[in-house]
Formats: sequence, C-alpha cells, structure tokens
Amino acid sequence: MQPFDVHTGLVVPLDRANVDTDQIIPKQFLKRVERTGFGQFLFYDWRYLPDGTPNPDFILNQAAYRGATILLTRENFGSGSSREHAPWALADYGFRAVLAPSFADIFYNNAVKNGLLPVVLPKSAIEALFDRAAEGPFEATIDLAAQTVALSDGTTYAFDIHPEHQRRLLRGEDDIAVTERYLASIEAYEAAHPLPPLVK
Amino acid sequence: MSRGTIVDKIWDAHHVVRGDGGLDLIYIDLHLVHEVTSPQAFEGLRLAGRRVRRPDRTMATIDHNVPTDDPFVIDDPIAKKQIDVLRENCRDFGVPLFDLDSDRRGIVHIIGPELGLTQPGMTIVCGDSHTSTHGAFGALAFGIGTSEVEHVLATQTLWQAPPKTMKVNIVGTRHPAVTAKDIILGLIARFGVSFGRGYIFEYAGNVVREMTMEERMTVCNMSIEAGARAGLIAPDETTFRYLEARPFAPKGAAWEAAKARWAALTSDPDATYDAEVTFDVSDLKPVVTWGTHPGMAATVDGVVPHPDDYVDATERESVRRALEYMALAPGTKISAIEVDYVFIGSCTNGRLEDLRAAARVVERIGGHVHPRVKRALVVPGSKTVKRQAEAEGLDRIFKNAGFEWREPGCSMCLGMNPDIAPPGARVASTSNRNFEGRQGPRARTHLVSPAMAAFAALTGRFADFEESRAVLAAAGGGRGAAV
Ligand code: SF4
Repeated sequence: MQPFDVHTGLVVPLDRANVDTDQIIPKQFLKRVERTGFGQFLFYDWRYLPDGTPNPDFILNQAAYRGATILLTRENFGSGSSREHAPWALADYGFRAVLAPSFADIFYNNAVKNGLLPVVLPKSAIEALFDRAAEGPFEATIDLAAQTVALSDGTTYAFDIHPEHQRRLLRGEDDIAVTERYLASIEAYEAAHPLPPLVK
Repeated sequence: MSRGTIVDKIWDAHHVVRGDGGLDLIYIDLHLVHEVTSPQAFEGLRLAGRRVRRPDRTMATIDHNVPTDDPFVIDDPIAKKQIDVLRENCRDFGVPLFDLDSDRRGIVHIIGPELGLTQPGMTIVCGDSHTSTHGAFGALAFGIGTSEVEHVLATQTLWQAPPKTMKVNIVGTRHPAVTAKDIILGLIARFGVSFGRGYIFEYAGNVVREMTMEERMTVCNMSIEAGARAGLIAPDETTFRYLEARPFAPKGAAWEAAKARWAALTSDPDATYDAEVTFDVSDLKPVVTWGTHPGMAATVDGVVPHPDDYVDATERESVRRALEYMALAPGTKISAIEVDYVFIGSCTNGRLEDLRAAARVVERIGGHVHPRVKRALVVPGSKTVKRQAEAEGLDRIFKNAGFEWREPGCSMCLGMNPDIAPPGARVASTSNRNFEGRQGPRARTHLVSPAMAAFAALTGRFADFEESRAVLAAAGGGRGAAV
C-alpha cells in the first residue's frame, strides 16, 4: 500500500450526509476480480446521466475540480455495505483523503488498509471548510504525522487518529506481514484453544 | 468502559495478542466467503505465496450473483467469471464450497445458522456487512472488507480495536401485527442510521427474549443499518432448541458440553455498557420506509413527512432529495402509496418463517397479485428453505396467486443478478437497504415485513392500521406457525 505522510491537494466539496457505498460504487461494478480500475465507476449514478454522458451538475464533473485529491463531505460517510471497492474506487480516481465529521466503521477500516486517509474533523471545522468551498476551489495540506489539515491562509485543524492506524499508514505497511511476526502467538493460541474442524 | 458483558467475554476468550498499539489480535472461529468480496483476497494470497490457515474453519457459498430462475444459466460473463474464480480458489486453497449443485447452498447468512455452523460464543466474519445476522446466536459476528478477508484467510486472525458496547433494550407489549422487521425499522427510525457507529449492540429486554430465532436474526441482521458493526443476543433455550440436531452442530456428549458452555454466555447482572438505549414497542405499528435510507420510515397510520418538519439543514436537504428520488409528495398517506414490484426474500426476511407469514397473508386475502403489480418475486434464502417451504405447500400458495417462485440467492436485495426493478419502479421489498439504485438504477425501494409485502402484492398498496390489525396479525407477526 502507498504510504501516506504529507499531502497537498485540491479539495472537492460533496455536500451530502450518509453517502452510502452503493452511491460510491454501484453494485453493477462489483463483479470485477481485480483491485484496480474502479475509479471510472466512482459515484457512477451521480456522475453520469442515464444516457451515459457526464452530469454537468455533479461537482466532480466541474472543470474547476478536475484533479481533486481530497474529498470534503458530511457525516456517516461510507455507510452500508462492506465493499472495499468503495475505497478502491476513491483511491483509483485519485483521492488520497476524505474529510468528514464521521465515517461508517467498516468503510473507515477499509480506507486505512488502502492508504486512503479518513480524516475525522469536528462538525464546526467541516462547516467552516464548506463555507470556504463556497468561495471557490482551494487546496489543503494534510500532515499525518502532525495530525493537521492546513489551508494556505494558515488556518489549521487538528484531527485524531488511532496511533496504530497512523503508524501503518505512515509506513504503508502490509497488515499480514505485521501479523506474521506474531505467528508463535497464533500457534500458542491454537494449542491452548483446540478447535475441531467445523466444515468437512 | 464496557465490563462483564457477553461481548467482553467473547472478546477475552479470543485474544491472541492484546493491545499492541491499542489494537487486539483476535482469533476467528468461522470465516464465511462468497463470490463478490473474495477474488482479490485470494489473488493477494497467491501473489504472496500464502495459504489458507484454517480451511476447516472457512466456508464458501455462491449467492450474490446467481440468477434465480435457472442458477446454471449465467448470461452475464463477468458474473460467471466471478463464480468460476471462486470455484477455482476454493479448489486451490482447499476451502469447502456449497456450489450451485449443492442442496445446502443459499445466502451466506441464511445457511450459516440453518446448518448449525453458526454457534454461540464464536467469532464470525464475512466480507459482507450483514454478517451481524449471526449475532442472534450469541456469536460476535461482523462484516469485513476484502483486505481483512485476505488477512483472515492467511492468519485466521484480525486486528481490532477493543469493542464498545451498547445495550439495546426492546421492551413493552408487542401488537400481534408488529413483526421483528417493524421493530428493527422502528428502532432505526427512532434513533437514526448512525447511532450504533463504533458500538456492538447487545439486544435485551422481554420482547427480544420472546422472539423466535428467525425474528432475532432479522433484528441482528439490520444492526448495520443503525451503524453498528455487530449486534448480538445472549443465547437461551430458544437458541439451543433451534440449533439441536442441525447438520454441523455438536452431537451427543459434545452437544451437552457445548450447551453447558453456551448457557454461561450471558452478561453479568452488574455488567457495565458504554451506552444504553431503550425502545418501547407498545405503541409501534407496522413500518414502511418512504426515503432512501432505512431510518426514513413511518408507521402505517402515518404520512410522508415534509422536509420543513426537520430543523437540521443537512437533514432537511436529505429529506428533500429523498422525496424527489422517491417521487413522493409530503403528506401522502403511507397506505396510499402504490407499488409496481414486490420482492420477498434476502438474508433479512428469506427464512421459512418469513415465507409462512407472507403465504398466510396471501391465503387470508385470497385472489391474485394486483394488476398494477408487474412482478412479485418470492426468493427463498436457501435450498433448505425452499425444500421445506415446498414440503408445506407454500410454493403452491404463492404460484396460484401469481407470484414467481424462485431459486435461492440474494436476488433483488441488491440486484447484482438479473433480478432488478426498472427505473422509476416502486418496490415493496423485505430486504434491508433502500439506498438510491439499490434494486436497479433509479428504482424506488420501500422496506417492509414479509406480511406487508404480501399485502402489497395482492392489493397494490400498503395496508393501513385497520387492515394491518385484521390481516397482518393473522400472520402472527411473522411468527410463522405452519400455514
Ligand atoms: S441478501 Fe442482500 S443483504 Fe443479504 S447478503 Fe445478499 S445482498 Fe447482502
């Protein structure tokens, strides 16, 4: 996974609450057996009109937001299904971080595992960022080690992140490789808790 | 801090490593796998030269993609490929698979319980958010993403932050027309679609104790719709009676030993929870959703709300957008909403009891699917459910009334197979999500109980409260004694 340390990018405001994973990546695109190539289907039903042409009203289609890498949105982002295709699609499209007052639990985990940084900011900060967005496109710099989101005018917002999630994102570390270092503990657990084969 | 709860007890019994950087490494007793969220995980194993650590604790089935008219004729080449890839992966990695020709195949959250694979005290995961269903048995069961699927396949463990627990008391006297589906929809409508975020629910209270296993599964299934990753219920005699003699449940002396162990799986009288809510169902009536998330719901004596009823600006905007998508005018009576499609099935309501409740309503009203209703699908949750339903003659009741009787699968719950509703169609659905486009691009979903879905199929609209009392109550609130 791609490590995350400091990232500066264009912020695109998606002014909706409870954006669910069905909207992030509709199910008709879940049939691929690869991890890549989902970006083209991101927010498909919002991004495209029924005839397949881009919906000019949808924010991601506006020229000023081309190349945006930071998504600004409202509470409970990523609710619904466990599909990891949602962070895959966001990352594949080019997003490196999502700023929201809250995230659905499974989405949050999936994002962290894919180097997509979910940044939880207080509601007031999110409100201020939406106000800022109303004035026109702007960039932000996210510093994961310092746990800050900074704007060019010097405004800075601090955020919390679980230290273990932070560490793994900073290193871009593969979880399985980390766990394999605990193989002896797993074997000891299995010896102490013998589980008969369940499915034969 | 949560202490002495059933969740804490299961957690404590599954530690492999405690608290490295604040995350615990916990052991997984049962890993369920399906075709949609697993291919990239197996591919990851292959690339890294890893194997599946406990194939004997892993079980795969095919449910999301499969056509329900003839499961063997898969026209969609990408769906077919996903199924073929699962077969290949199961063969290569030694994972047991309930394939299309297996008489035990079905929706992953239906077959785990009905085969007795799901047992109290277990940790259970699956690359599917409705894994919370298995919590009905007093198991700690939650959905995971594909990277975590790969992690569990490789190590049989998972890194998790220690759980926060919320006690959800469901109390009061339940009206006979009120089903488990109405209770969980009512709970979410009351407390919101994210009140459970960060928590594991423990459902308690007299109403939960009185529920059948099927009803408990319906409730636990939709915990995720309240934002909770998992929801569970302490096992009791109802649980044991359901599990006894199921194919993979322990037998003989092992059964007695297991039962004694399971009986101890309760929260201590002085257990502490991180949060607690109480929901009194005494005044609850059957529920129908009117919006685009499961919390946007009203009882059958109610009306579609007005966006201006909401104080919060974001919420007002969500409601306005939802009503526009749903093509509903504020003030419309719930019982005046007319439906075009009916879907009875899914891991929420595709069990035998659900089909019985629906069939009983069909018999009671009599006649035929309403001319306005273009299609009414009944999709049993598994081959086992289908077989049992046919043995009771439920299939004939449905078919005689003009319903389609299908092969098991997820079907129109998410429409990854050919079962989708066309743009603009209004669906009465017993599934769990009414998100935009869930049942087909621009299709409109109303979540309801099986009894209500059957009523809508025959009358072309939802029941009002008087009709509910008369008709749905006869279905035993979904308690489904044989028809
Ligand atoms: S029936 Fe619906 S909710 Fe359940 S597993 Fe299938 S798609 Fe998911």
